[in-house]
Amino acid sequence: MSESLSRIAKEGLWSNNIVFSQSIALCPLLAVTGTTTNGLGMGLATTAVLMVCNLLISYGRLLIPSEIRIPVFVALIAMVVTLVDMLMNAWLHELHKVLGLFIPLIVTNCAILGRAEAYASRKPPVYALFDGLMMGLGFTLALVVLGAAREVSGSGTLFANASLLLGQGFAWLETTLIPEYRGFLLMALPPGGFLMLGFILAGKRLLDKRLARRPLRNAAIEQPLAENV
Amino acid sequence: MSKVYLPVAPLTGADHPVQAIMAQVVLALVPATAFGLFLFGWPALYLFLTTVLSAVLFEAVCLKLAGKPASLFLLDGSALLTGWLLALSLPPWAPWWIGVTGAGLAIIVGKQIYGGIGQNLFNPAMLARVALLVSFPLEMTTWAQPAPLFSGQAPGLLQALGITFGGAGIDGFASATVIGHAKTELSQGKTLVEAFANGQFGLAGAWLGWIPGSLGETSALLVAVGGVWLLRKRIITWHIPVSLLATVAALATVFHLIDGDRYLGPLWHLGAGGVMLAAFFIATDYVTSPGSPKGQLIFGAGCGLLIFVIRTWGGFPEGVGFAVLLMNALTPVIDYYVRPRIYGRDYKGKPLKLPEGKE
Repeated sequence: MSESLSRIAKEGLWSNNIVFSQSIALCPLLAVTGTTTNGLGMGLATTAVLMVCNLLISYGRLLIPSEIRIPVFVALIAMVVTLVDMLMNAWLHELHKVLGLFIPLIVTNCAILGRAEAYASRKPPVYALFDGLMMGLGFTLALVVLGAAREVSGSGTLFANASLLLGQGFAWLETTLIPEYRGFLLMALPPGGFLMLGFILAGKRLLDKRLARRPLRNAAIEQPLAENV
Repeated sequence: MSKVYLPVAPLTGADHPVQAIMAQVVLALVPATAFGLFLFGWPALYLFLTTVLSAVLFEAVCLKLAGKPASLFLLDGSALLTGWLLALSLPPWAPWWIGVTGAGLAIIVGKQIYGGIGQNLFNPAMLARVALLVSFPLEMTTWAQPAPLFSGQAPGLLQALGITFGGAGIDGFASATVIGHAKTELSQGKTLVEAFANGQFGLAGAWLGWIPGSLGETSALLVAVGGVWLLRKRIITWHIPVSLLATVAALATVFHLIDGDRYLGPLWHLGAGGVMLAAFFIATDYVTSPGSPKGQLIFGAGCGLLIFVIRTWGGFPEGVGFAVLLMNALTPVIDYYVRPRIYGRDYKGKPLKLPEGKE
């Protein structure tokens, strides 16, 4: 069981990452990653939705007729997103003011429907919940990395307005990495999102290639030895 | 470099390998460049060298990363030409990092990401110029007054180092280009006659080049001379330059006749700004323009129309870069609809009827 959980974690965070590997959910990704803070907030909200949806759908997987499963999933997701939206508005009002526009858009995030269809509707609740958490964290990772890359290159700061999102305790996160930076405006604008995402995807592939090559090289060294024996 | 032999029959070897074409284009740019460098002195030279060298350097790095033979592709001179064209479109006294960033954008984002030479959708130099203009509007619109080398107002070697590399402000020298000036004055409710009343800008100056502007847009005449030479050498065909210039001239004439107080005349439109450079050197880029002559005519006319529209009614004073990029985006569409006739067939692809008695 633990082995399977670690595989879920690895898939969600890296090898089957929603953004870096599946290349879905790009719409919210590109829309909110102008700054790191927005990316983090959006990622956490999406993670919450993913977990609850996965859990609900996993519990109901035997009740939902497979012919109409997609409408049922969509209705469930819409309900959860609406709940999150209202709950955040009630208890995290400041945060909701910053991210308010994007929270309802989580409904349209195809990653959530994708996980419901591909995973939660086939697996027991514990796994589904964990998959939701890991996929969500992987998505958050992507949002934060892209947001940080765009924010640093676009305006030279990192985690600007983090205290608005996380409370005054996190004001120390707000740093100016490059003082007196002129600001590379293009990176903060939509084209910068596409450009930076492309570079990050290319970087991830390069890294994967390097990682995949390493065990091969060891194998190549071991082989002649085996022959000698 | 080994010569490539084509194995299939109907292909024929051309006299113009890439290297030779690039060399001749660069040669055609030399007069205008030399004049621009003379006009704006050492800072312009430093910026020019920085831009060209970093373009070649970025190209080398990209080729290395992609695992391509670096020396083969570097020696074709395309990166040199891209850097050169970009340098010609920058304000001559811009700081060094403008040149480096621009070269990076042109080579990495504009060219190598698509797969290198011959694969790019957009003209790399113009892509970089527009990206810089959007990102750094202040630096990209601060123009220096002409201060020719060895004249009194020209900055010395060391002072020039400060301008290009040290971030020494050039506020004292800031000026406007002709069309920028016209646009500002018009937006303040003045007529063109009033705008040019002080004699700061003369028509002759715009054509000869004694005006503020980027290296490549100062002397329209010298750029045109280089372009005509390229035409004579058959490096480029007449279709794009003629249709582009004719469209700009025709539109400018019509509107100038309608209301001379609001619309610049055709001679101004052709002589000022980057129209000449775009017509002969930028829009004619083989990779990003249509292949058929008819398509090239449409492409050139489209560029001319967009240049005039953006200059006259747009938010930016100069629209050459945007116009070329927009038409670059349309090039695949033009190529799709305007196809050359296949030999022996009509335009719809049906075989032509044989003449009587020649079955």
